[in-house]
Amino acid sequence: MDKREKIIEVENLVKRFGAFVANNNLTFDIYKGEIFGFLGANGAGKTTTIKILCGLLKPTSGKVRVAGVDINKHPEDVKKRIGYMCQFFSMYNDMTVKENFRFYGGIYGLNKKDISDRTNFYLDKLNMKSIENMLLKNIPLGWKQKLAFSVANLHHPDIIFLDEPTSGVDPITRRQFWEMIYEASDNGTTVFVTTHYMDEAEYCERVSIMSEGKIKALGRPRDLNINDVFLKIARNVE
Amino acid sequence: MSVSINIKNIVKSYEEVEALKDISLSIKPNELFGFIGPDGAGKTTLFRILTGLILANRGTININQWDVVKNYKQIRKITGYMPGRFSLYMDLTVEENLRFYARLFNTSMEENYDLIKDVYEQIAPFKNRRAGVLSGGMKQKLALSCALIHKPRLLILDEPTTGVDVISRKEFWELLKKMQKREITILVSTPYMNEAALCDRVALMQSGKLLTVDTPQQIVNDFEGHILAVKADQMYPLLNDLLTIKTNGQVYRFGETLHFVTSANPTKMQEKITSFLEEKKYRNISVEKIIPVIEDCFLAFMNKTTTSWTKEKK
Repeated sequence: MDKREKIIEVENLVKRFGAFVANNNLTFDIYKGEIFGFLGANGAGKTTTIKILCGLLKPTSGKVRVAGVDINKHPEDVKKRIGYMCQFFSMYNDMTVKENFRFYGGIYGLNKKDISDRTNFYLDKLNMKSIENMLLKNIPLGWKQKLAFSVANLHHPDIIFLDEPTSGVDPITRRQFWEMIYEASDNGTTVFVTTHYMDEAEYCERVSIMSEGKIKALGRPRDLNINDVFLKIARNVE
Repeated sequence: MSVSINIKNIVKSYEEVEALKDISLSIKPNELFGFIGPDGAGKTTLFRILTGLILANRGTININQWDVVKNYKQIRKITGYMPGRFSLYMDLTVEENLRFYARLFNTSMEENYDLIKDVYEQIAPFKNRRAGVLSGGMKQKLALSCALIHKPRLLILDEPTTGVDVISRKEFWELLKKMQKREITILVSTPYMNEAALCDRVALMQSGKLLTVDTPQQIVNDFEGHILAVKADQMYPLLNDLLTIKTNGQVYRFGETLHFVTSANPTKMQEKITSFLEEKKYRNISVEKIIPVIEDCFLAFMNKTTTSWTKEKK
């Protein structure tokens, strides 16, 4: 058993949309600082689970605690404790890099000094100080994704949710992005990530594989032999 | 008769960005040709020029005897195009979408059913569902059916597998192989490097340039140096430790291993790394010489050619 503190606790989670069961009795725990890969075929029910964990959807039944907060009782409190980024929506294209940081810092209620200190900290680290006044739309995708990851970390969340963060990103930037994930995890941030790149699934500490609303496998990538297991599990659906 | 394509010196700029920087290449009749590269490589721009949707600033493209600008009408009749964001009508059902596309080309679903049978049968159980509620994998199959319904001789597929899970991706490639047997020339783009091996020939692309054009096998054969796949119990510190070994090559993560690229004798390097890691008290060490895959080759090309993006802008 993992001795680390549990940061996400899910017990018998069920989510129905009418007659359709999107999440069918899920039970799993995720630990502080863990890099957790959330895998499954399209339509397996992953997005529903992520929305529930982020406080955007109410479960039909079951217990869900995220960063110590009961999602059924206080969904709004959860939002302050988490960061989120995905491929399609992360930052505003017609604002500059700096404006995006200021905007998100404001949303999360950071004071001016914190926003400016943390913006400088991340831009220095990414070596992107020189482009702080550029509009986001003029910046290549790979750079944007690194910025988006920093923005999602701006309010120092306990957990960061990454929904296909590296889709379409070049192989070098993809690897740099994962270095950022490892660093966040080293600092105690829990990383919850979905991906369609199987090599990236191997970078996770543990992965779960979902199919037809259920978690069919959960464990360390090297124990699971994920490539084979994924094929087997997802094939059964068709 | 199969379709061949001749692309000569194509240049295309959007305001500040040079999307295609002098692209020349030929595609042979009945080839399954892959354009492999990340977002921003220029794949979509090239496909849009090929299909006559936008004009190049310079250069020419011939599809068989036809020029893509002057003879776009002839070319449209023989081309099936599946754009990256599938152009399906979300409020129409599966079957309505297909019938609509058939009518655009003065044909019917029945007339060419034989060609789409393999694909369409997989989604036929949902033919009365609106396209908007289909899963990604099913949308992709419907979009392919629509692109095939007028029996094209040239099929252009822009990232048909992006964001689609591994299983649906595999099935999609099996379908493409079947299509190829019908004497259709197929151009397909993808950001997934491991799909390159499924093509007859590929162009590796990055930032509007061709890094190389060849068969996947030849690209792998031409890889300079050797790759050692390194594994141990503690993978995170392993990368930093391996980087301290003096080498002119690269070290990077690759799935469950690290790839150590070296131009030195691989057997000697293998011994050197093993004893180095034993000294550092790593456990369950494994150092194996492996054959490179396309992503290794792509990384090698990138390291050779990529200048920083901000530098390039100035």
